[in-house]
Amino acid sequence: MLIALLLLGFVISVFTPTDTRTWFAVPKDLPPSFEHPLGTSTMGRDVFWELCASIKNSITLALMTALIASHIGLLLGLVAGIRGGIVDRMLMFITDTFIIIPGLPLLMVVVTVLKQWITIPLLGALISIVSWPWPARQVRAMVLSLRERAFVYTAMLSGMGTLKVLLREIMPFLLGWHLINFTNTILFAIGMETGLAILGLSVLGENTLGVMIYWALNQFYALFRGILWWIASPIATLTLIFVSFYLTSVGLSEHFHPRLK
Amino acid sequence: MLESPQEFVDAVSDVSVDLYRDEVFGIAGESGCGKTTLVRVLYGHIKPPLVLKQGSVELCTEDERPIAITSLSLRKRQRMVWWKRISYIPQASMNVLNPTMRIRDHFAEMLKVYSGMSKERAYPRAYEYAETMGLPSDALKAFPHQLSGGMRQRTVIAMAVLLEPDLVLADEPSSALDVITQRTALTFLKDVQTKLGNTLVLVTHDMNIHSVLTDKVAIMYAGKIIEIGKTSDVFQKPLHPYTRALIESLPRLGDKSQRTGLGGQPPDLRRPPEGCRFHPRCSHAWAACSSDEPSLLEKEDERRVACWLHA
Amino acid sequence: MRGVLPVGSMHEVSMGVDKMFLLDVVNVTKVFGYGFLGRARFRAVDNVSLHQEDEPKILTIAGESGCGKTTLARTILGFMEPNEGEVKYKGRNIHRLRSKEKLWFRKEVQAIFQDPFETFNPMRKVDAYLYEAAKNLLGLKSVDEATKCVEESLEFMGLSLKEVEGKHPSEFSGGQLQRMSIARALLVRPRLIVADEPVSMIDASMRMNIINTFKDMKRKLEVSFIYITHDLATAYYVSDEIGIMYRGSLVEEGPAQEVLMERHHPYTKALVSSLPEPGKREEWLKKTKASGLEIKEFLSPGCKYANLCLKAFEKCTKQKPPMFPVRKANVACWLYESQ
Repeated sequence: MLIALLLLGFVISVFTPTDTRTWFAVPKDLPPSFEHPLGTSTMGRDVFWELCASIKNSITLALMTALIASHIGLLLGLVAGIRGGIVDRMLMFITDTFIIIPGLPLLMVVVTVLKQWITIPLLGALISIVSWPWPARQVRAMVLSLRERAFVYTAMLSGMGTLKVLLREIMPFLLGWHLINFTNTILFAIGMETGLAILGLSVLGENTLGVMIYWALNQFYALFRGILWWIASPIATLTLIFVSFYLTSVGLSEHFHPRLK
Repeated sequence: MLESPQEFVDAVSDVSVDLYRDEVFGIAGESGCGKTTLVRVLYGHIKPPLVLKQGSVELCTEDERPIAITSLSLRKRQRMVWWKRISYIPQASMNVLNPTMRIRDHFAEMLKVYSGMSKERAYPRAYEYAETMGLPSDALKAFPHQLSGGMRQRTVIAMAVLLEPDLVLADEPSSALDVITQRTALTFLKDVQTKLGNTLVLVTHDMNIHSVLTDKVAIMYAGKIIEIGKTSDVFQKPLHPYTRALIESLPRLGDKSQRTGLGGQPPDLRRPPEGCRFHPRCSHAWAACSSDEPSLLEKEDERRVACWLHA
Repeated sequence: MRGVLPVGSMHEVSMGVDKMFLLDVVNVTKVFGYGFLGRARFRAVDNVSLHQEDEPKILTIAGESGCGKTTLARTILGFMEPNEGEVKYKGRNIHRLRSKEKLWFRKEVQAIFQDPFETFNPMRKVDAYLYEAAKNLLGLKSVDEATKCVEESLEFMGLSLKEVEGKHPSEFSGGQLQRMSIARALLVRPRLIVADEPVSMIDASMRMNIINTFKDMKRKLEVSFIYITHDLATAYYVSDEIGIMYRGSLVEEGPAQEVLMERHHPYTKALVSSLPEPGKREEWLKKTKASGLEIKEFLSPGCKYANLCLKAFEKCTKQKPPMFPVRKANVACWLYESQ
């Protein structure tokens, strides 16, 4: 069951970008068209194609965030955990500062300031600012407990330097978690972006799921006017994406930690 | 019998034991010999992956019909047998104690559930009991994690005998304790047994503990009992080569003579050796040992050995 | 002139010549914080001094859990820094070594741990560590040289490279893994091996083989040992010298024969009498005093054993006793002040 839903979620998103790529070959104006699978929007776009583009963009953005954030988090957590002492305390001080600052308001401010230069990848990078601290803390905690295990001492006694110990001894235990964290960050990023979009703070020129909702909801009052297909499709897709990624995450964690069933 | 998805492993094979009143019975053996499994079966704690393929356990007292523990339903075991007739002190004893309950509540709870005592009467009874047991009253007010390991062990022992069961099964009750604390906990256990006159089954790999505490001892190897008899006799003259290795390999204070251990490894119970399970490691093995399995035969007064050397 | 030696010290100044010790632990104290915000402090290792001479000898550090022996072992191995005092190996302070020297130290001093299954990373192959040691500490560059070295080491421990190659820890028994752990330590031809409870997780019937190997290593390979254990019987069997620790302090030390058979310190006496042994039944079943709250004992201003000691008197609770020489041993107990 799990796998079926997972496949569904992934298959859709895999197929969709392929479709949108063909669409992207066409100049991105607002061509008025009729007879389309999900109807058209007041902006004169085919909702279906728009949806496809949106999924692609949303996921690209989220991947951007996840790539940056989860790796920064991993790196900092590793360094803090393995070095300890002043390095650890400094890094944790910075980390905690970012944890405390509420994410959405911070992003709102940043995006408003940078409104002119906002692009999809940049937005992804910006969201990563608020998603790296928590993984860093997690990784550090795991490193701290792993550091005390006897085989780390064995490795040190065999002459392995600190870096080697990190890579060969400690990392294997972290990789599973890292993958799960990566998946979760994708979800988080999509959510963040949608939130920003609804407030009008996303990349409004492009198509993302959040932006679709924005236009539909705020600017053209789709709900009120009964153009449900426009608003329903991004929301439904969002839900599906969340569910499929979440299930992936759960599946992964079951795979890596079978005991915790 | 332990079941894995592909195959069955006989954790305990063909074991018959008689336990008597007012006796301390020891079960000795090393890792993988099946002693913990045996004790769990005696207690009636048989849950998958443990499956009882054959045999039964019966509890007999003079004034009633024998109770076939292994044929009772789980519910009946829980309400009629466990804690009241048979008590089990598991290996990781600390897990018996609820970390969120004070010690006196542990006792009170037991009294309420099994003796139907009301809360008002349970507390004073708990204090009274603790006093007779020699447990300090501060310990009663404490939470488990606040007590030292030795104190926790004594608490668990006290809990196990609160309802004066006929049989107490203690699985490695002192392996996590220091030498001095171990002495305190074990002498406590023995005192309790003497006072109640019931049966204590003590499972431990430490032969020295058997020599000072038990009346009779059964040695297990690879799921079978290979020697059984009065402790003093077994120590004076161990018959089975494995028993001899267990008793004689460990050094004693004051004696620097060379000691040697056994070679090899205990067998993989999925594929036990042909014939006597100990023969691959036995220095006295001969032809019969690798083809026929010796059964437990009575050698002398109350002594039984499963070995072709003594058949 | 032998008089009262400094507190906790095991030094003997013989005829004005100060021997250089292989290992010299000088007034080492290790403090840990606990409680709220780690404010409260207790001394896991309290002013311990001992030494290992330059001849192959087996020194045992014995005591019950919580006595500080593992913390002391970690400090000696360089994994922890003492709050006070220093650890010197061949005259050099091991915590002040430069990185090249640190590698030298690793080659000279090795360790064996208690749990053979934890000693090796379950995700790595066991032989990996042996090859690492050969490469990093012996500087062997070619695979052939390293393999030869690894093979030799394994054979000394009764194992063959073939049966060990490419396998993960889960494919072996505890006894086999422990042998591999020793082979790993042995590979670099150390002068000193610190063995922390090396056999307590091994089946009793197989323990002596490993203990006998230690004796072999001392004799044939001239390796000294610091054997850390709570098992006094094996300690007696294998050691030349022994130090008894209680709650962080060294309470008695000297030749194993003297300390364990004469038992000058009341704690040593209590320890030995608590050992169950065939033939000691009646004696052993007599009642003894149980241990109280541990932390209190760590923090007491006087002798840490005073609360439980059958022979304690007032001075014991007020002042910490220094080491007094008693026959061939040194005992930290006020009972021996006058001698």
